[in-house]
Amino acid sequence: MNPVVTISGLGHSYGGAEGGAPILDDVALEVREGEVVGLLGRSGSGKSTLLRSIAGLVEPSRGELRFVPDAAGKPRSVAMVFQSFALMPWLTVLQNVELGLEAQHVPADERRRRAIAAIDLIGLDGFENAFPKELSGGMRQRVGLARALVVEPSLLLMDEPFSALDVLTAETLRSDLIELWGEGQLGIASILIVTHNIEEAVLMCDRILVLSSNPGRIAAEFRVDLPQPRDRLDPRFRDLVEQIYARMTQRAAAPALPVDHGLDRPLPEVSVNSLAGLIEEVEAPPFSGRAPLSTLADTLQLEINELFPIIETLQMLHFLDVDDGDAVLTERGAAFAQQGVDQRKANFRRTLEQHVRLASHIRKVLDERRSHQAPARRFRDELEDHMSPDFAATTLRAVIEWGRYAELFAFDDDEDQFSLEDPA
Amino acid sequence: MAGSEARALHRIGFLGFSPRRLGATLGWSDLAVFAILAAVAVGTVSGVRDAVEPLSRLRVEPITLDAAALPRYALLTTLRLFAALAASFVFTLVAATAAAKSRRAELVIIPALDILQSVPVLGFMTFTVTAFMGLFPGSRVGVECAAIFAIFTSQAWNMAFSLYQSLRQVPGDLEEVARGFGLSPLRKLLRIEWPFAAPGLVWNAMMSMSGGWFFVVASEAISVGRTQVMLPGIGSWLAVAIDRRDLGAVALAVAAMAIVILLYDQLVFRPVIAWADRFRVEQTASGDPPRSWVFDLFRRARLLPPLTAPFRGIAALVALAEPAPRLMVQHRRFTTSAAARPLGLRLWTGLVLIAASAAAVYAVRFLGTTLTLADAWTAFGSGLLTLLRVVVLIAIASLIWVPIGVWIGLRPRWTARVQPIAQFLAAFPANVLFPIAVVAIVRWHADPDVWLSPLMVLGTQWYILFNVIAGASAIPNDLLEAHRMFGVRGLLWWRRLILPGIFPYYITGALTASGGSWNASIVAEAVSWGDTHLRARGLGSYIADATAAGDGARVLLGIMVMSVFVIAINRLLFRPLYRIAERRLRLS
Repeated sequence: MNPVVTISGLGHSYGGAEGGAPILDDVALEVREGEVVGLLGRSGSGKSTLLRSIAGLVEPSRGELRFVPDAAGKPRSVAMVFQSFALMPWLTVLQNVELGLEAQHVPADERRRRAIAAIDLIGLDGFENAFPKELSGGMRQRVGLARALVVEPSLLLMDEPFSALDVLTAETLRSDLIELWGEGQLGIASILIVTHNIEEAVLMCDRILVLSSNPGRIAAEFRVDLPQPRDRLDPRFRDLVEQIYARMTQRAAAPALPVDHGLDRPLPEVSVNSLAGLIEEVEAPPFSGRAPLSTLADTLQLEINELFPIIETLQMLHFLDVDDGDAVLTERGAAFAQQGVDQRKANFRRTLEQHVRLASHIRKVLDERRSHQAPARRFRDELEDHMSPDFAATTLRAVIEWGRYAELFAFDDDEDQFSLEDPA
Repeated sequence: MAGSEARALHRIGFLGFSPRRLGATLGWSDLAVFAILAAVAVGTVSGVRDAVEPLSRLRVEPITLDAAALPRYALLTTLRLFAALAASFVFTLVAATAAAKSRRAELVIIPALDILQSVPVLGFMTFTVTAFMGLFPGSRVGVECAAIFAIFTSQAWNMAFSLYQSLRQVPGDLEEVARGFGLSPLRKLLRIEWPFAAPGLVWNAMMSMSGGWFFVVASEAISVGRTQVMLPGIGSWLAVAIDRRDLGAVALAVAAMAIVILLYDQLVFRPVIAWADRFRVEQTASGDPPRSWVFDLFRRARLLPPLTAPFRGIAALVALAEPAPRLMVQHRRFTTSAAARPLGLRLWTGLVLIAASAAAVYAVRFLGTTLTLADAWTAFGSGLLTLLRVVVLIAIASLIWVPIGVWIGLRPRWTARVQPIAQFLAAFPANVLFPIAVVAIVRWHADPDVWLSPLMVLGTQWYILFNVIAGASAIPNDLLEAHRMFGVRGLLWWRRLILPGIFPYYITGALTASGGSWNASIVAEAVSWGDTHLRARGLGSYIADATAAGDGARVLLGIMVMSVFVIAINRLLFRPLYRIAERRLRLS
């Protein structure tokens, strides 16, 4: 099939400048006519940045992006559906849908006719004069969809379109969309959808691209040849989901240099309670120390953007290993699960000192200073040499929570200062 | 297919003419709407006809304390208020939008607004009256403009700030929709940015309107040096009544004001607030949306859409001013360009700094020709006196109103009843009541230095009250219950729960009250009743005296010193407190 858009060598760095923290690195991809392509990755993999580069909302630092005219020689166009719906609360459903046509200076009558056609297609008839506030989440996203479709784009870009909806609503909307797409009623050539929900990707897409994190690269590609409508309980479906889980945790499983964490790489803000909770879950039956990640995600009702940061942090702290898509407790992790409060703290403290360089660095500075105090700004500045201020702030918050729990150091929020001891 | 299109047309109408709407007959709501619109039109026309008369007519027809003339005076005063509000609105749209859109404009406009906000507006009168009268010699228009300008200066700045801040907080996803669909800058402004800013702007316009009353009273009866003009209006009526020691006339004016405030609140602001509710960006419908019977009336009226259709037609012409829609770029190649140095911007910053320092040097030179360093010390000393008054009075007002506000705020039924009254009292121009203080001070031979002071917070204390009420009613019920369960009461209850809970709100109230009090000092430290003139030593009376004497240099000096005091207090006291409130004490 004809390509719609081809991308090569695409790279983007924080702040757009060379030398900033890389977000995307050397991404090449092609979206062809008649296919639904999924971009799967965790937070920080740059999947949204990639989508926005195609939409023209982000100007990447490097690379090339080319839309290929269709068979009739017509230029391509894109439209986007947002996770947050992004509807104007002061415009009615009809006015919201007309917005894109207004920008194109489509005459009022034609605008109205086309908008109503899109509204009817997407199952919103009767709601033309309603304001978004009056609609449920699912209906709002239908408005978002109609607004994107009405401008007749060649490529429909969807940024986690169902993740703000409850499970049932998301399911209905997904199957409605797939049905319309299958019947060829949408009038678009292809769909590119960003998601962090593996099952959603397997349900909807013909092709799934897995992005790795920091920086984002295309790590793997999966074809989905299952016929629509797809059945989640189909063994082939389950198998594919498992494969993707395994692939997505593979890179992280490779032993990273243990002392590097924290100073030049952002730490995820994961609370000690989540860490302890996951360790206990894996340790207890039915898993008894070894849990397939996809089952774990189902049991705990966690999406991968919630589950993976916890898993990765546990890996980094050497509480847990990932082996072929399974989470496996280490000796230290199994011990943690059995320990009482004080032992746990001591255990956590040892692992922080050994494996999180930022934590041991802060402790060292505090030990060296006579006052045993150090302003947080000092460490924030060090971090910002390697990452964006946002990531630096998250990283510092994470290390503060862990350090406080482990009683490695104390922190005074008012003074923005680390110290060795909390004043009694 | 054609059938469904016809149905669709019936469903939503065409160009605002919906068959469903026009199908029904006109009802009584149409009559009421028509009556309201006609009354507004007639009132405006007659008021404007009044305003363009020659100045000499005012000498022939002096202000009379005849109750029959009061409705006309009230009308003229109201028109001035709304003219100033309209001017503030236009100014806000232009200045705030420019500041939000252009870095260069922002560099000039925002610091200027910040300073203007802290400048005592009443001190301006000397300069503006002279300027406007020179612009329209012999005509009432000049004086009207000066009065309207005085009100404008009390309304415009906070409105502009509100719009500027809103424009910079437009949610990122809405911004992306605009760019993704290629909306032109103009259409983006009309469709996304201004609507988003509407609720904040409406709220600030309402507060501005309340503040405006204070200045109406002070600006209609203008006397600068030997020039004395009295514009027909409630303010002049009051001035005459005070001059003749006619308490009955003062009471009448107060009543007229109350009626006017009630009327425009019901006819203008309530409907506008009810309408602006749709512009609030939030995912769920608010549990208790603001209601207004006038708004419902207008919505029910079938007459209205055809009446406004021509305006909407004109608005549609906006499209003509737009550039042709852009086609999507089909091929893009990205490279990192060396970060372009914003040389132009730096040059501009330098230019602005040079201009500002030149102006400062010029002002000091100008003052230096007539004033000595001793004058500066006098002004500064007076400033300290006024500062003492403001601090003590805000403290006293807080001691009184914080407990009362908390008591009310914790009882939802009382809150609903008292909150509108407190807001009405804040709108009420306290300077009307000053003469009563004079009578009392003279009767009991009290010390004006002490007893004139309370007048400064008479009008501004309500900000403390209604902010504290809002804060107390926002304290989550589970916190209150937890404290009750543990038997926390007395001082501990205040320290651990109530004071931290209301702190952010209290700071907002105290900041507004303090700023207002400085401004009020100009009229509160020098008060008259007939030929009894009382004055308290302070910066306010310093400026008032200089204005009465037509001493431009001293007025300017007084204004500058007061601005410095207000800015210093805001920066050194309120801003740090705000920061603490934001970091530590947000209940969310």
